Amino acid sequence: MFYREAGQFNTRYAEDRRSFPLRQDRHGLAALLAVAFVVVPWVGNDYWLSAILIPFLVLSLAGLGLNLLTGYAGQLSLGSAAFMAVGAFATYNLEVRVDGLPLLISIALGGLAAALVSALFGLPSLRIKGFYLLVSTLAAQFFVGWALTRFGWFSNDSASGVISAPRLDIFGVNLDAPVGRYLLTLTVVVALFWLGKNLVRSELGRQWMAVRDMDTAAAVIGIPLAKTKLLAFALSGFYLGVAGALWAFAYLGTVEPHGFDLSRSFQILFIIIIGGLGSLSGNFLGAAFIVLFPVLLSNLASLLPGGLIDAGQLENLQKMFFGALIILFLIKEPEGLARLWQGFRERARRWPLRY
Amino acid sequence: MEFFFEVLIGGLLAGVMYDLVAIGFVLIYKASGVFNFAQGAMVLFSALTFVSLLERGVPFWLAFLISLAAMLLIAVAVERVVLRPLVNRSPITLFMATLGLSYVIEGFAQALWGAQVHGLDLGISDEPLELGGMLLSQFDIFAALTAASLVALLSWLFNKTRLGLALRAVADDPLAALAVGIRLQRVWVVVWTVAGFVGLVAGLLWGARLGVQFSLSLVVLKALPVLIIGGFTSISGAIVGGLIIGASEKLAEVYLGPIIGSGIENWFPYGLALLFLLVRPAGLFGERAIERV
Amino acid sequence: MTQTAATHLLELDNISLSFKGVKAVTGISFRVAAGEICALIGPNGAGKSSLLNVISGVYQPQEGRIRFDNRERRRMRAHDVAVRGVARTFQNIALFKGMSVLDNVLTGRHLKRRSTWIEQTLRVGRAAAEDDSQREAAERVIAFLHLQPWRDALVGTLPYGLQKRVELARALAAEPRLLLLDEPMAGMNADEKQQMSRFIIDINRELGTTVLLIEHDIGVVMNISDHVVVLDYGRKIGDGSPEAVRKSPEVISAYLGTRH
Repeated sequence: MFYREAGQFNTRYAEDRRSFPLRQDRHGLAALLAVAFVVVPWVGNDYWLSAILIPFLVLSLAGLGLNLLTGYAGQLSLGSAAFMAVGAFATYNLEVRVDGLPLLISIALGGLAAALVSALFGLPSLRIKGFYLLVSTLAAQFFVGWALTRFGWFSNDSASGVISAPRLDIFGVNLDAPVGRYLLTLTVVVALFWLGKNLVRSELGRQWMAVRDMDTAAAVIGIPLAKTKLLAFALSGFYLGVAGALWAFAYLGTVEPHGFDLSRSFQILFIIIIGGLGSLSGNFLGAAFIVLFPVLLSNLASLLPGGLIDAGQLENLQKMFFGALIILFLIKEPEGLARLWQGFRERARRWPLRY
Repeated sequence: MEFFFEVLIGGLLAGVMYDLVAIGFVLIYKASGVFNFAQGAMVLFSALTFVSLLERGVPFWLAFLISLAAMLLIAVAVERVVLRPLVNRSPITLFMATLGLSYVIEGFAQALWGAQVHGLDLGISDEPLELGGMLLSQFDIFAALTAASLVALLSWLFNKTRLGLALRAVADDPLAALAVGIRLQRVWVVVWTVAGFVGLVAGLLWGARLGVQFSLSLVVLKALPVLIIGGFTSISGAIVGGLIIGASEKLAEVYLGPIIGSGIENWFPYGLALLFLLVRPAGLFGERAIERV
Repeated sequence: MTQTAATHLLELDNISLSFKGVKAVTGISFRVAAGEICALIGPNGAGKSSLLNVISGVYQPQEGRIRFDNRERRRMRAHDVAVRGVARTFQNIALFKGMSVLDNVLTGRHLKRRSTWIEQTLRVGRAAAEDDSQREAAERVIAFLHLQPWRDALVGTLPYGLQKRVELARALAAEPRLLLLDEPMAGMNADEKQQMSRFIIDINRELGTTVLLIEHDIGVVMNISDHVVVLDYGRKIGDGSPEAVRKSPEVISAYLGTRH
C-alpha cells in the first residue's frame, strides 16, 4: 500500500536503468545516507564507531571486492586476505617513505599495488578453471604472508614486525579520533560502492556474468576471456587492497601480516556466501552478520548462569554455528540474505495483497 | 651425495603422510564429486577422539574402534544433513558446504575434547635407523609401511569386492548407478566412513609426529597441491602426488631455504602445483573433462 | 542462381576433424552463398554439430581450409570468428542462465560497443549515450522475435521454447553476416516450429543474413532452405537444391537404411 510502484512510469531508458526504480527506494537510500553521514557521527559513541561500524564498513568493502571476482565473474578465490595485506603494506610504505603524499592517494596506490599482485596470481585462470584455480589464490595467500614476514623492508625493518599506522591527515585535518576514522571509511566505502554499482551494471559486468555462467559460450559470442578474467582479478584486488589499507589504518591502527591470514580469507568468503553472491547489498548484510554475531553470542552467553560457557567454548560454539549457518544458507537460500531481503521487499510491494 | 639422498628419502617418507590425507580426499571426490574441505577436520576429530579416550584409560584397540564408530556416525549425519539436500547443486556450492562442515566439525571436536595439545605415543621409537649409509627415521618407515598396507587394502576393496564395484559405478556416473539399483545414499555413507577411517589412520600418524592439536586440520591445505599434481580422481595419482610434494618440499627447504629464506615450505607446494597445472590442467593422472557444447 | 566465387560467403575445403582417433568428419567441402539459407542434414552422429563447431572456431580441424568472406582462415579461435561477423546458437542451450533476457541479448551486442569499462564505471564519455543506443538495438531484436513480455525475466526460469528464441535473439543482436543455428527447432511442437521457421525466413529476407542451420525435420528443411548439404558417417553424401537432394539415391539409402 505504501511501498508500491503505481503511478511511477519510466519514459527514458536511463530511468529504466536506475538501480532503484522505485521512488520510495531512492528516498530510503537518501535518508540512510543522511543518517550515516550526519546523524551517526553526532550520536554514536566511540565503542560503536570503532568496534562495530568501522569494521562493518571495511568488511563490506572487502566483501564487494571478493564478490566482483567470485560472485560476478565466477572465479573462486581464497586469497582475499593476501590482497588486503598488499594494500595495507603498500599504503604504509608509501606513507612512510614518500614525503607529502596525501593519504587518499596512498590508499589508492596501495589498492593499485594489490590490483597488480592479484592480476598476477590471476594469470593461471586463463588456463585453469573451477577448483583448480583455488591453488593459485591459496599460493598467493601463503606466498604474500611469507614474503611480508621474511623481508623486513616491508615493515620498514621494525624489530617486532608489527608497525603502528601513521597519523591520518586529510587536507590538514587530523582524523585519528573515532569519528574522523568513521567518516573517512564511510566516504571511501560509499564512493567505491557507487563505482562498483556502475561496474557490475556495465558491459564488463555482463561479460563477467557471461564468463561465470558459461565461458565457452561467452568466447563464442566474442567476449575476450583473458581480458575479462584479468580485469576481474585486478579490480577485485583493488577493492581488497583499499579495504586492507582501511582495515589497518582506520580500524586496527597497526599493520601486521598476521591479521591477513587464511582465516580472514575464509571470513570474507563467508560474508559473500551469507550475504549473497553477485549482489551489492549482500556485502553489507553479510558483513553486518559477521560483525554482530559474535557480539550477540557473547552477550547471550553472559546472560546464562556465570561460568557455564567460558570464552574458549564460546569460540568453539561460534565456529559450529557459523559452519552450520553456511550449510543452511547453501541449502535454503543460496543467494543469501540479499535474496531474503529482496523477497521481503517484493512482498511489501504487494502488501496488503498476497500476490 | 649421500646427504641429498637422505633428504630425498626423508622427503619421500614425509610425502607418504600426505598420501594418507590425500587418499581420503580422492575417495570422497570419486564417489560424491565433492572436494571435501572438511577432511582435515575429520582427521582432527578422529585423532582427538582417539587420544582423549586413550588418556582416559581406554585400551588402544577399543579406542580405535570407538573412534571409527564416531566417524561412521559423522558420515551418516553428513549424508543426511549436507549431501542429500544439496544433491543437484554445483561443485562450488558443495565445496562451500564442506567448508562450513569443516568449521562445524572443528568446533565440535574442540568443544568436546578441549583445545590443548595432546601427545600421542604409538610405541614406535624415533631413533634413526641406518640403511646403506643413510640415516632414516624408524617412524617414517613405519608410516610408509602403514600407508602401503592401507593402499593395498583399499585396492582390494575397490577392485575385488561387490561393494567396490558399486563405489566405482557411483564414481563414474551416479545417475546410471541409481538406474541399476545401487543405493546411492548407502554408498555415500560407506565412502565417507572409509574416508573417515583413512583420516583416523592419518590423524594418528600425524598426531604422533606433531602432537594432536588444532593445526592438524591445516594439513588438509597441503593435500590440495598433492591432488592437483596427482589428479582428483586417482588414488595412484594421490600417492605419486604426495611423494612429489613431500620430496620437493624437503629438498626446497634444505637447498633453497638458505638462499631465499626459511619457511618456504609454506608456499612451495602451491607454486609447484601451479606450474603443474599450467602444463597439465587435469593433473598427472586426472581425467580431462570434455565439455560438450 | 549463378554462384560465382565472389558471392560465396563461406567455403569449406577438405575439412577433417578427429578426436583422439575417432573421426568426426572427413574431407568435407561445400560452399554457402551469401544471402541463402543452407541446411545441414544427416542421421544422428553424422558429424553435423562438429562441423558447426569447426566453422565457429570451437574446434580446430586437423586438415582443410575455411574461407569466410573471401579471406582464408586456418587457425581461428571462437572469439576471432565472432569478430568477423559469425554468430551461432547451440544444440543444448548456452544461455547465461543467471541473467535476464534483456541482459543476454545485450551481451550479444558487446562487440558493437565502443566505450571502455573505465568510461562506463565513471559514467563519463560515451558510456551513457551508448547505453541508450545499445538498449535500442537490443529492443529492436526483442521486438523482432516477439520477446517483449519476457524482457526482464531470468532466462533460467523460461520454458524451453522461449529459451531457444532468446538464444536466437542473442545471436541476432550481434548483427552477423552468417548465422549458424544448431537444431533451432529441437523439442518444439508443430506450432512452435512454424513460428521459428517464420522467424528464420524473416531474418534471411528482411535482414539479409546468411543462415546455415542443422535440422532434423525434413519438412522444415525442404520448406525454408535454398541449399541442402547431407552428411553421413562424417562424409558428404549430398549437396544441392532441396529437390535434387531429396531424390538422390545415396541420401535415401542413408536415411531409410540399407546400412544401419
